[in-house]
Amino acid sequence: MRQLVPVLSAHWDEKDSFTIEAYTRHGGYKAAQKALAMDPDAVIQLVKDSGLRGRGGAGFPTGMKWGFIPQGDNKAHYLVVNADESEPGTCKDMPLLMANPHVLIEGCIIACHAIRAKYAFIYIRGEVTHIVRRVNQAIEDAYKAGHLGNGVEIVLHVGAGAYICGEETALLDSLEGFRGQPRLRPPFPAIAGLYAMPTVVNNVESIASVPAIILNGAQWYQSMGTEKSKGTTLYSLSGHVKNPGQFEAPLGITLRELLELAGGIRDGHRLKFWTPGGSSTPIFTDAHLDIPLDYEGVAAAGSMLGTKALQIFDETTSIVRAVLRWTEFYKHESCGKCTPCREGTWWLVQILRDLDAGVGTEEDLNKLLDICDNIAGRSFCALADGAVAPIISSLQYFRQEYLDQLANKGPLFDPMDSTLFASSKAGA
Amino acid sequence: MSTTEIVDMITVVIDGFEVSVPKGTLIIRAAEQLGIQIPRFCDHPLLDPVGACRQCLVDIEINGHAFAKPQASCTIPVEPGMIVKTQLTSVVADKAQKGVMELLLINHPLDCPVCDKGGECPLQNQAMSNGQGQTRFEGTKRTFEKPVNISSQVLLDRERCILCARCTRFSDQIASDPFITLNERGALQQVGIYEKVPFKSYFSGNSVQICPVGALTGASYRFRARPFDLVSTPSACEHCASGCDMRTDVRRGKTLRRLAGDDPTVNEEWNCDKGRWAFKYITAIDRLTHPLVRNDAGVLVEASWPEALAAAAKGLKENTSAVLVGGRATYEDAYGYSKFARVALGTNDIDFRSRLSSDEEREFLAAHVVGSSTTYRDIDRADHVLLVGFEPEEESPIVFLRLNKQFRKRALKVTAVASKLSIGVDKLKGEFVKVAPGQEAAAIAKAALTSQSIILVGERASESAGALTAIAALADSTGAKIAWIPRRAGERGALEAGAIGNLLPGGRPVADAAARVDIAALWGTSTLPSSNGRSSDEIIAAVHSGDIAALLVGGVDPLDGNNSAAALAALERAFVVCLEIAPSEVTMRANVVLPVAAITEKSGSFLNWEGRARSFDAAVDESLNRSDLRILSMIAQEMGAALNLGTVRAAAKEIASLGPWDGARVSMKAVSAAKAPALKADQFILNSWRRLLDLGTLQKGEENLAGTARQTIAVISPSRAQVMGVTDGDLLKISTAQGSVTLAALVEDIHDDAVWAPRNSRGSQLLVNLGVGHGAVVTVVKL
Repeated sequence: MRQLVPVLSAHWDEKDSFTIEAYTRHGGYKAAQKALAMDPDAVIQLVKDSGLRGRGGAGFPTGMKWGFIPQGDNKAHYLVVNADESEPGTCKDMPLLMANPHVLIEGCIIACHAIRAKYAFIYIRGEVTHIVRRVNQAIEDAYKAGHLGNGVEIVLHVGAGAYICGEETALLDSLEGFRGQPRLRPPFPAIAGLYAMPTVVNNVESIASVPAIILNGAQWYQSMGTEKSKGTTLYSLSGHVKNPGQFEAPLGITLRELLELAGGIRDGHRLKFWTPGGSSTPIFTDAHLDIPLDYEGVAAAGSMLGTKALQIFDETTSIVRAVLRWTEFYKHESCGKCTPCREGTWWLVQILRDLDAGVGTEEDLNKLLDICDNIAGRSFCALADGAVAPIISSLQYFRQEYLDQLANKGPLFDPMDSTLFASSKAGA
Repeated sequence: MSTTEIVDMITVVIDGFEVSVPKGTLIIRAAEQLGIQIPRFCDHPLLDPVGACRQCLVDIEINGHAFAKPQASCTIPVEPGMIVKTQLTSVVADKAQKGVMELLLINHPLDCPVCDKGGECPLQNQAMSNGQGQTRFEGTKRTFEKPVNISSQVLLDRERCILCARCTRFSDQIASDPFITLNERGALQQVGIYEKVPFKSYFSGNSVQICPVGALTGASYRFRARPFDLVSTPSACEHCASGCDMRTDVRRGKTLRRLAGDDPTVNEEWNCDKGRWAFKYITAIDRLTHPLVRNDAGVLVEASWPEALAAAAKGLKENTSAVLVGGRATYEDAYGYSKFARVALGTNDIDFRSRLSSDEEREFLAAHVVGSSTTYRDIDRADHVLLVGFEPEEESPIVFLRLNKQFRKRALKVTAVASKLSIGVDKLKGEFVKVAPGQEAAAIAKAALTSQSIILVGERASESAGALTAIAALADSTGAKIAWIPRRAGERGALEAGAIGNLLPGGRPVADAAARVDIAALWGTSTLPSSNGRSSDEIIAAVHSGDIAALLVGGVDPLDGNNSAAALAALERAFVVCLEIAPSEVTMRANVVLPVAAITEKSGSFLNWEGRARSFDAAVDESLNRSDLRILSMIAQEMGAALNLGTVRAAAKEIASLGPWDGARVSMKAVSAAKAPALKADQFILNSWRRLLDLGTLQKGEENLAGTARQTIAVISPSRAQVMGVTDGDLLKISTAQGSVTLAALVEDIHDDAVWAPRNSRGSQLLVNLGVGHGAVVTVVKL
């Protein structure tokens, strides 16, 4: 049985964990000091050696991304931190910034040094006012303490509430003041990103992981995790578990282990399905409890590690209703640039609404899958791939439930049963 | 110097066929080389790739590595070792395309039976060629209120829109007029304008033309016709000297629509809104249909052709006559007037410049312009373009588009010697060399050009004494090329045809005996008049002095000239034979009026500013109207002179047989600049130009078009405005001894000594209202 290994979350339980005093008390900003004394290329090499991979979902090696920035090109370079966490189920970056914003700031200082950037932009989603305030305060404190302003400036930018702005090139457009829509690649951000300058776009957790790596070394980081997925990471459990929240553990832990750490499924219920990495990763079922939750393990089982947002659904949940809700989200968030996503999500919602109401035939399920086939891999960016993932995977595991619902000519589940206050229902 | 460009070629295999294309070619375009049509909507060869519609998906493999998913062939350039499978050879690509097509149609209203685009619609056509025939969509379509007027001439139907962003990309990337943009998101994404700012671009019609569905329609064509009822004829634009290739669509003898044609060397695939939408004058109800002869009572009455021709011939033969031909005549017609003057009237008193002009200009044209060939391609290669007396966006819009293309592509350096910074030059981020009106010459002399530079000279350069002298000297000292860009479509052709007093056809100087022999031999005449003829101003003066008693006038607006009052009086005094399409200030005063064919009713050609022939056939076969040329031949015959130009073809053949002039050019006498006048506190020097959309005769009746004209304003500088206590919107009265105009003020970047107003816009017809156009001292007071 593996245990929690809190690195990022080591001091989150302290009352003042978010303050510069608490951060400094636990050795904060020492990593920056150490990194600034190193050759930038050595910092990149250290991060490469650590095996740190992007925590935003795709798992691209962070050090390699930094290494793509052309050096000696006499151009401004930029670091952009993607804090536009908006995927249903994903809830790791916001708690991290709430509990310890300084680790991100220190990570930014180190990353800027490595890629020879003077400016770091933190792009944060617009809805999270409390976190914007907290990060703002932390930036202010870091300036006062002299950590910022001596070669590195941080600009906090608040988004206007669009899921697509989590896509790195849409984020850059939004940051430049345009409507957020993904850009045509090439050129990639490493060549022409923000204001057409070489730019690294990293997830909050990726950058926040850097200070500990600098302090403790690549070897230390390498010692945790699995063969190709190194280090620790935040697993976010939500839904029908007794103790939902952030669970930091080495990569490769299984849901069975995490569920035990979280006290298990709520009493009297059993696991029905779950997402390994947010709503855009194909769902898993109780057959996948022992899949190692690292990049390779999850991929081998047909899904993606994504943001490690483990949404847990027990047997009271209607798969059709859950998929409908997710699809409605994607329809609402489709940016409209390309046909398959814009039109496809519009159509999928209408079909799923019918299916949820028990209207349709088995032929509609085939049609649904065929439309998904015409959307997945045909769109401009990955948003649409994410949109069809729950549909395709739910039909893979729960086709019979869809059929039963149709035979029943109506919903099989009472949505009340899946609520957390279900037990208080009269007569239960 | 060799101009061969070395191009790296890349060989790829598409659907099993090898094709070699230049490096950087997009797959979709390489496929076209093989005749393989990949369906597409957002793709446009002149716009940056966007990859939005996803209709052009193909399977790609490079050196054995296959892409996991089909890729948009409109965004990916070819690479060595690439193997492409389109819908023709890949089941996956075919299904992907059919899938995208089905998705495109789920929210499309499918109102093809009532849609203007039906019958020529890329969506309709490609739904047939690459769609699956039947939709599986049983849901609710997205609906919008429709249509929305995004300008007075462009309407938007958001339900039909497939969001390919061609219109918004055109406006941004080609015209630099980002008045329209995409708003909202998801299926509710839509094209829109900024709040309260309509789509006021001079080039908005192109976005209608490249719309692949019926989402954007022009107010003047909307619901007028079905494409399959139209007969299309390639034509050339008569509105300016840019020389746009056009297509004229006619149904049952009536022109219903004109579109930009595709000529990569000239207008690419674009034109301006005037060229597209100003053609009602052709079918106006007041078109002249019968000859008119002034009777003994002094009243113009309808007459038969023989009667009218006899009257015209008699009047011209019995009097000393001169010819005024407007700058709108075709090359062949201008040649007819030129030959008529010499052969039938025995005079060199002919001038096509029915506008402000000077003797300096006439010598400049003979010395530096006639027979020369600076081209659009030269703009593409220039290191620096100097604009003098020329505002490209207003006066030759396709030249503006070409400058803008090179500016966007390679930051082409543009310098404008002018009094006021124009909107167009501002868009080109041009260097603005600010001079007082009339003081251009000194600034021109200082321009730092090289032998790779071009000087674009507008006809307004003639309005500043010494400017053309300075340009000639600058070109001489730097090796920069000169291009003269008049406003009117026919001026360059008229110059080449010798419709000017110092030149015979083909740039042959009148004063050169060998040149006269050439022409006399061609025309079969024994002699030609040997002294330089009068200019248009001199002709008018000669009428007043009694030296000239008859005028042959074709396509002239007397209110465009240096002294419109004198011109009108001269027309009253002389015996006037007028060839016109519609009643005008000239026909009112003429003794004989002969109706002629409008542009769509005849064949012919224009020489654009490059000197490039832009020929066209009659778009309307049914017209009974004859070209000027034919009528001139008939008058000549009546006078006993042989013009032998019965048809346009005959004229073209005769012109072609002439060959270039290889003798000496006319040399130019230097003219020095006028001294800057001393100004009192309320005095300014007038600066003006004509806007693209204004009160021009050929825009008559085009109310939708007029709705997008720029606001009529008077511009003064911030420092003068401060002294006068003027802010934007205050009323300014500009006056001369002749009259005044009152306009809203706009405080902008302009020389302190200058006040600018549009020359011929609603409320500001300076030549009529003030009697001056440029360079004159006027009084400006705040009301």
